[in-house]
Amino acid sequence: MSEFSVVGKRLPKVNVWGHLTGTARYADDIQLPRMLYGRLLRSPHAHARIKRIDASRALAHDGVVAVCTGADMPERMGIMPSTQDEYALAVDKVRYIGDPVAAVAAVDEDTAYDALSLIDVEYEPLEPILTIEEALTREDVRIHEDSGRPANVFKDVHLEFGDVEGGFQTAHKVYDNWYFFEGTTHAPMETHSAVASYDGDGKLTLWTSTQVPHYLHRELEKVLGIPRSRIRVIATPNGGGFGGKSDPFSHEFAACLLSMRTKRPVKFTLDREEVFYAHRGRHPVLMHLRTGVSADGDITAVHFQSYLDGGAYASYGIATTYYTGALMTVTYKLPAYKFDGVRVYTNKPACGPKRGHGTTQPRFAFECQLDQIAEDLGLDPIAYRERILQPANSRTVNGLRITSMGLGQCLEEVKRSTRFPEKHGQLPRGKGIGVAGSAYISGAGLPIYWNEMPHSGASVKVDRGGGVTVYCGTSEIGQGSDNVLAVVAAEQLGVLTEDVHVVSGDTSLAPVDLGSYSSRVTFMAGNAVRQAAGRLRTLVVEAAAAKLGVPADRIALAQRRVYDLADPAKGMTFAEAAVLAESKNGTLVSVGSYKPPKDISGDYKGSGVGPTAAYSYQAAVAEVSVDLETGIVTVERITEAHDCGRALNPPAVEGQIEGAAYMGYGEAIAEEQVFRGGLHKKPSLLEYKLPTSMDTPEMKAIIVETIDPEGPFGAKEAGEGPLNPVIPAIANAVYDAIGVRFDETPITPAKVLDALQKNRSRVGPEGLSSQRDPKAAMRRLHATTDAREKKKVMS
Amino acid sequence: MSRHEIRFELNGEARTAEVEADRLLLDLLRADLGATGTKEGCRIGICGTCTVLIDGRPISSCLYPAVYADGRKIRTIEGIASDGGELTPLQRAFIEHGGFQCGICTPGQIVSATALLEAHPTPSGEQIDRWMMGNLCRCTGYAGIRRAIDAAAGTAR
Repeated sequence: MSEFSVVGKRLPKVNVWGHLTGTARYADDIQLPRMLYGRLLRSPHAHARIKRIDASRALAHDGVVAVCTGADMPERMGIMPSTQDEYALAVDKVRYIGDPVAAVAAVDEDTAYDALSLIDVEYEPLEPILTIEEALTREDVRIHEDSGRPANVFKDVHLEFGDVEGGFQTAHKVYDNWYFFEGTTHAPMETHSAVASYDGDGKLTLWTSTQVPHYLHRELEKVLGIPRSRIRVIATPNGGGFGGKSDPFSHEFAACLLSMRTKRPVKFTLDREEVFYAHRGRHPVLMHLRTGVSADGDITAVHFQSYLDGGAYASYGIATTYYTGALMTVTYKLPAYKFDGVRVYTNKPACGPKRGHGTTQPRFAFECQLDQIAEDLGLDPIAYRERILQPANSRTVNGLRITSMGLGQCLEEVKRSTRFPEKHGQLPRGKGIGVAGSAYISGAGLPIYWNEMPHSGASVKVDRGGGVTVYCGTSEIGQGSDNVLAVVAAEQLGVLTEDVHVVSGDTSLAPVDLGSYSSRVTFMAGNAVRQAAGRLRTLVVEAAAAKLGVPADRIALAQRRVYDLADPAKGMTFAEAAVLAESKNGTLVSVGSYKPPKDISGDYKGSGVGPTAAYSYQAAVAEVSVDLETGIVTVERITEAHDCGRALNPPAVEGQIEGAAYMGYGEAIAEEQVFRGGLHKKPSLLEYKLPTSMDTPEMKAIIVETIDPEGPFGAKEAGEGPLNPVIPAIANAVYDAIGVRFDETPITPAKVLDALQKNRSRVGPEGLSSQRDPKAAMRRLHATTDAREKKKVMS
Repeated sequence: MSRHEIRFELNGEARTAEVEADRLLLDLLRADLGATGTKEGCRIGICGTCTVLIDGRPISSCLYPAVYADGRKIRTIEGIASDGGELTPLQRAFIEHGGFQCGICTPGQIVSATALLEAHPTPSGEQIDRWMMGNLCRCTGYAGIRRAIDAAAGTAR
């Protein structure tokens, strides 16, 4: 029998009825009396100066109630306090096609839309910067004049650990490859939506589909200029997020300001095209990976360079840049490591965090190169990975603390399930099998703004009928966070999940949780709820023990009963025990909080991105067939094992693995956020190819449990990591099938056919294009970075 | 724009509405009738979140002029569960087999799958995938949706 009564059971999620009957209320379903409808006017230019905006014709239009522009909200904002380079609506300049310039509130949506064409904006077009190479070299065209770095560089980071030069010198062979990962977007099925309501008491409420109600709360205060105490943010159930609803967005500020101006509720719902402009999706990254290996395959040194195409604004870009380097060390033994990351601005929608944030692209490069190394060594690619695994309970060369580590078990599971060694290298031409491993964080080790407060807070209340309410600032984005919190509380208090109400994502009702990003909720909010509920458990146990006349350590709680372990018939209902505890102690409300430990990273500039209290691990095997006539890659099956510490709710973990595998599959073979002269090529679901039920491969999800020492009941993340190994596993399977290495994504039929017809062994980038000598630009960049660092040291 | 009075049945109830000729059924349902269970995802008939049944046939309500609904029977997600709120075997299977996560595409999935099981009570896997192709889901990778439909078909057998 399990030691748990709720944890690990295959129970249905809580709060499901509304989702199945159409009664769940998403932001766009909210309709308030006298509500106005808002629309954003967006820039038709990729790069232009705004000379003049005249909204008088729009304001005079019948049915238009208010208009606002960038001048009404001149405060800079952005998700990362150290790199705020955005405005709620463009001020002075527009930086991509789709950049919001003005907002209209009108009596209905059609009127608001019509009014957009009546806003007169005079632009002075500027030359757009559209590629990484241009961004690095064009000193004469600056997207952000005050970036403080040469040309259009947003951020450059340079880190070195261990004896890198020595490692390459002693290497038997050095692998030197370039890779390119194409940008992709989240495409949640719910477009962004927000409703603001400013009431007569001077209080503002914003219902919005956001993953980060707390961070948004802070930015609203800053931009709107009213105290946070008068603003309430309520995160509505997100109809999918995947990272795409983790920034503060123009429509949220505009809804608030227009509601404050008109004293009427204002709703903005983006249309599908606008979601492609709001973006904040996967960065296109050009990568240079050099890996030294000994004669028997041990890695002696790695030098990894990443060039991130960030788009027009910072978003989470500073973290993304570090993330492209940080987690390279946590999977396989790596004694020496050098990382150079550069993120540039371009005149395209801003990139940000998408499921796997910044780790997906380098993982693709690394796992593809490892496949090549294993082949040269004559080793099975799973056996090779098993040989070089980073051990559990260790430190990486860049100072990251590793505790539980189940990559070995994951590899073993996918090997057994797919009979990999019997197939790899032995299938007929056109059929292939490939493998890859990966890792992810269970929540970022540091918050985005420096503070010593908890990352997650929760309160738990027990009512006199035995009901339990959990309050936590987390955002339910479909990942099942409400259910996870209900499971943790129910297990602690010995009730059923259906007895638990979860109030989440409300800045007025719930203690702060930093939000549903970086796969942090199960680990951090789970621990906060575990602590809060644990405190009430103690009171209930003590009260019941006194009543039953047995020692407290003999009291158990399960199935709504509180009873004597030695004589289970002796006991009472949970509700009765709760009444005793409340009679003795007063109102049964407790709080809990969680902050990651301090000793989980090294101590150097840039060490704040990468550490986490626990890494999740995963391995995937893809089986493909390539049609040699059409170039179509059919992924027949993905088998993926994921180390989630402990599965609090196994079906939910399996759902995350399957969903992540699907999303990775889409990125591997079809999805791309691409542009023509600054204009999005595919801003609709007709053109941007999301896999359908006909395309998506059969998937097998395998749960590996390593029982993490610090996770709630041993749990780690499950939402993001499982995306990472799928893409390189597919690329490696395609190689096994046709002998062509795809060192870039996506692997489209046109590229496959081209490679087959030209008899190529590789498809991928050759390096930085030499047209305008970006290498010289890089030398200049490094020189200025060195000078900046020196200046800092001296001052 | 000309205005038209239409009479139709919505989830078994007789309704009338006055609509402009270019009013889309999706907007009639969501904005005018408050039936917000039907969702909007793309407005070009690709994603299937706005699927409703018109005389039993699944239709993208974002492409369907409301005037065409005159004299027809419309069934939306609100009309799938019984009046007492009792879930159908298909809806229960979506819970038990991981058929949804964020839930935004789920009304469309349930409506389409309801029509599938009415047309083909015991569909093959291939039939399920083909029928459900017009309902995109970004969370589940369709695996849980397939399992749920399979299981519900088994229940019905």
